[in-house]
Amino acid sequence: MSTLTYILGWPLLAAVVLAFVPRDYRFVPRLVALGATAISALLAIKMFLLFPGAEANADGYRFVQQIPWVESLGISYFVGVDGINVGLVLMGAIVAFAAACCSWEIKTREKEFYILLLVMSGGILAAFASLDLFFFYFFHELALVPTFIMIGVWGRGERKNFATFQITLYLSVGALIALAGLILLYVQSGANTFSIPALTQHIRDNPLPLASQKLIFPLLLFGFGILVSLWPFHSWAPLGYGSAPSATAMLHAGVLKKFGLYGLIRVALPLMPEAAQSWMQVLAWLCLGNILWCGFTAMRQRDLNLLIGNSSVAHMGFIFLGIASLNLIGVTGAVLVMIAHGFLAALTFGLSGHLYNQTGTLEIKELGGLLRKLPFIGAALIMAAMAGCGLPGFANFVGEVSVFFGAWRQPSLRVVMVLAVWGALVIGAVYMLRAVRAVLHGPLGNRKDATDATDGWRKLPFVMLLAALLVFGFVPRLLTDKITPDVEKIVTMANTPLSGDSAERRQSEQPQTAALSRDAATEGTR
Amino acid sequence: MNLLLLKHELSLLGLGLVVLLADLWVPAERRRMLGYLAAAGVGVILFCTFLPGAEDTQYAFGGMFVQDGLAIFFKRLFLAATAVVLLLAVEFADRVAGGLVEYFALILFAATGMLLAASANDFVLLFVSLELITITFYVLVSFQRARMAALEAGVKYLIIGALASAFMVFGLAFVYGTAGAFNFGEIAAKLAMPEAGLAGNKLFLFGLLFVLAGLGFKLAAVPFQVWAPDVYQGAPTPTVAFLAIGSKAAGVVLLVRVLFSAVPEVAAQWALLFAVLAGLTILYGNLCALPQTNLKRLLGYSSIAHAGYLLLGVAAMSAAGQAAILYYLAGYLFTVLAAFTVITVVLRETGAEDIRALGGLHERSPLLAAAMTLAMVSLAGLPPLAGFIGKFLLLKAVLAAGAVSPLYYALFAVAVVGVVISLAYYFGVVRAIYWGRAAEEQTAPPLSLLMRGAVLACMAGILAAGIYPKPLIKAAEAAIAAMQ
Repeated sequence: MSTLTYILGWPLLAAVVLAFVPRDYRFVPRLVALGATAISALLAIKMFLLFPGAEANADGYRFVQQIPWVESLGISYFVGVDGINVGLVLMGAIVAFAAACCSWEIKTREKEFYILLLVMSGGILAAFASLDLFFFYFFHELALVPTFIMIGVWGRGERKNFATFQITLYLSVGALIALAGLILLYVQSGANTFSIPALTQHIRDNPLPLASQKLIFPLLLFGFGILVSLWPFHSWAPLGYGSAPSATAMLHAGVLKKFGLYGLIRVALPLMPEAAQSWMQVLAWLCLGNILWCGFTAMRQRDLNLLIGNSSVAHMGFIFLGIASLNLIGVTGAVLVMIAHGFLAALTFGLSGHLYNQTGTLEIKELGGLLRKLPFIGAALIMAAMAGCGLPGFANFVGEVSVFFGAWRQPSLRVVMVLAVWGALVIGAVYMLRAVRAVLHGPLGNRKDATDATDGWRKLPFVMLLAALLVFGFVPRLLTDKITPDVEKIVTMANTPLSGDSAERRQSEQPQTAALSRDAATEGTR
Repeated sequence: MNLLLLKHELSLLGLGLVVLLADLWVPAERRRMLGYLAAAGVGVILFCTFLPGAEDTQYAFGGMFVQDGLAIFFKRLFLAATAVVLLLAVEFADRVAGGLVEYFALILFAATGMLLAASANDFVLLFVSLELITITFYVLVSFQRARMAALEAGVKYLIIGALASAFMVFGLAFVYGTAGAFNFGEIAAKLAMPEAGLAGNKLFLFGLLFVLAGLGFKLAAVPFQVWAPDVYQGAPTPTVAFLAIGSKAAGVVLLVRVLFSAVPEVAAQWALLFAVLAGLTILYGNLCALPQTNLKRLLGYSSIAHAGYLLLGVAAMSAAGQAAILYYLAGYLFTVLAAFTVITVVLRETGAEDIRALGGLHERSPLLAAAMTLAMVSLAGLPPLAGFIGKFLLLKAVLAAGAVSPLYYALFAVAVVGVVISLAYYFGVVRAIYWGRAAEEQTAPPLSLLMRGAVLACMAGILAAGIYPKPLIKAAEAAIAAMQ
């Protein structure tokens, strides 16, 4: 059995076990959830540390396990990691543990909540570990449904029902569009396998006709795009996160949302290079919508959670920009931002959840001077804000700067890149600093009874997430060394024309570009 | 003549007669035992279908009756459904004023009709078996004579059912008049001969269209869906459960056999027709289910929607699509039976069948709450349950057909819209179970050991078909391969 199976299996197993625990034992669900997510986080850390020494199979995947499931359709339970998803699994497992820690606020129907939380955690980890398209989708769906239920039942605020309705509608439609793309890919490739490595190999040998690519790529781009809140399909996100219980927002905004981006990088780019080339310009301009539009929207928010939600949507723009640059440093940057933003989003939503529980409101106007009452939470919030602005030292900086290098290297994206930098540095700083000032400084608002996270257990998730941000911020090599070789494969595939008639000119340029970008990547990370 | 080939049908028929006769000697207070006896008998017959040699293709009555993989697949489905429905009927006994044993016997006779339908290889047997099903259902639907709703449902079912039968006979006359044969094999052979000119014969096609109309009634597919909501609402719950799975599956097996073994050339021409019907059925069922508050009525509309999903597999015109239909029906069997078992047990005291009556169910009976939740989530098509894999296979078949005509992409889009709409009302039921206000009485509904077993078996079926679908998919593929 692969370590990965244990990482994703513990939370799912714990969910099944919890179903049989009587509801009178109110602490048992919490303990089981904490235990299962802690084990999977520890295993994920262990796997991350052992990754360089682990034995890789022919396709470059490690910790692989494959069990046939339905042979006639070519579906198998197939898990494994390479440099791209090893970081995502690690991030997901840590965030899942943090989310379980931050669920103290749930006081009603704990059993159901923790079952859903565990299903969601297990589903997320399994989706990122899956190397089989069917299970990739299956586990994502498994993680998605609890999200809706958790927002609908344990959510907060007056607009909870509308938020549930909206997020369910958007994400179901997005997921089904992506499903259409994935099934079409399977059907039209003729490979009769859902295994990603086998499918990749098959398509390298028998490229998809251009017409198929032009049909499938937009389905994947927009299906996954809706799941990642690509502008203009983002409006579910701020309100949904604003209404969600903090654990759900942490897991969804932090981890589950990255599913779409991961799918784009893993499936859409390498298998449909021509279509990818032709759509990247569009994607680049749409991502400006995320960065600028949602950045401006964030500036105008009066509710802290809506502000964080909008800023989280804005950050997705950087990842899309990195993907759109289609070169080594840009896509590496995109993966880095995915991981860094996962920690950051979990941290901010966890902190805002703590504030909400202490003060009963997140209206920025009603808060103020909280740093005096809540020194630990306040300090953590300031650090999170700084990370969100892209301050060097945090992992976000490394990722964003690589994305900008990557975008600059692509001559057609320079305008977009300049605008994006402006959005990142100026707009991000404005709303983050304003929020910090309004919430933490100034006269104490009328919430004088708020208390800090005093005991170690309550500090633990925040400490852990901040530590992760700082570790990967100071030693990005831990990630880049793993990510770069595998991203290089993807980028090479994405830039090599398959069916011949387009983008021939790239073939000669490509090796140089890749080499250049790799230099820049290491430069950028220093 | 090979009478032994009909052993399952004949023993089921014999069982029905024995039960009916035993009524004369069994005292009134022990008549429920006859229900258990019938269920046990059906269980034994179900077991016999698994004996070796059952799946070999054999013919009886001059090719009128066929026993092949497809027939056996459906017979197992029908027998499993019948056993559970009989248990439900025993549970329901106190709400049937009189003639309880007739109720059991009629269920067995309807099941005999379904078994015959699964083996029909001839338009005459097709018509006779359908009539056997439909006429027994006229009685089963209106069995609670004292209830106005049941009578209304019975009259509606009678009128529309009679109309559908009339359509079918009318169509059969044209088919026989033009083709000169009733046997599916002979008609297929004639169609394959270009000099016979049957494929282009307008009268033949006209007749076939009317036969399909009669089958559409069984399936509750648009435009023959009008009866479903009223009948589901008014009829006794065990009858509804049997209608939802047995009657629908009988329509499906006949549709598949007629289209793909008797008239494959015509079926290919009519792909557009089936695609449009599937799309309309999905939209109609899901949109109408959205505002419902009566649980049984909601399931009536949901059953229309599912008829639409099943038609997706027909419209795809591929073996994969037909295998997907079979898989979907098997998953649907567990799901529907679980849902109706819960409805039978929970709504016993409360005469109302409002969704709100489920309020607080998870406190009264966690098992029933879990069963209903699994059923709803599976109907909505979410992983890791049977409904998800079923929809996945159907949608895959539709998209694979997209290479033939881009129309299928539109059909896929319609199906997706339907799935998204259905989330709303299925989750409405789940919400009522866990978060609705509890009904007045807080006592757990009494659950006999057998019912508990049936519920657990249905839950296990829903989960197993979703988590380990390989055997079922294999069986479905083999059944379709055996037909062709």
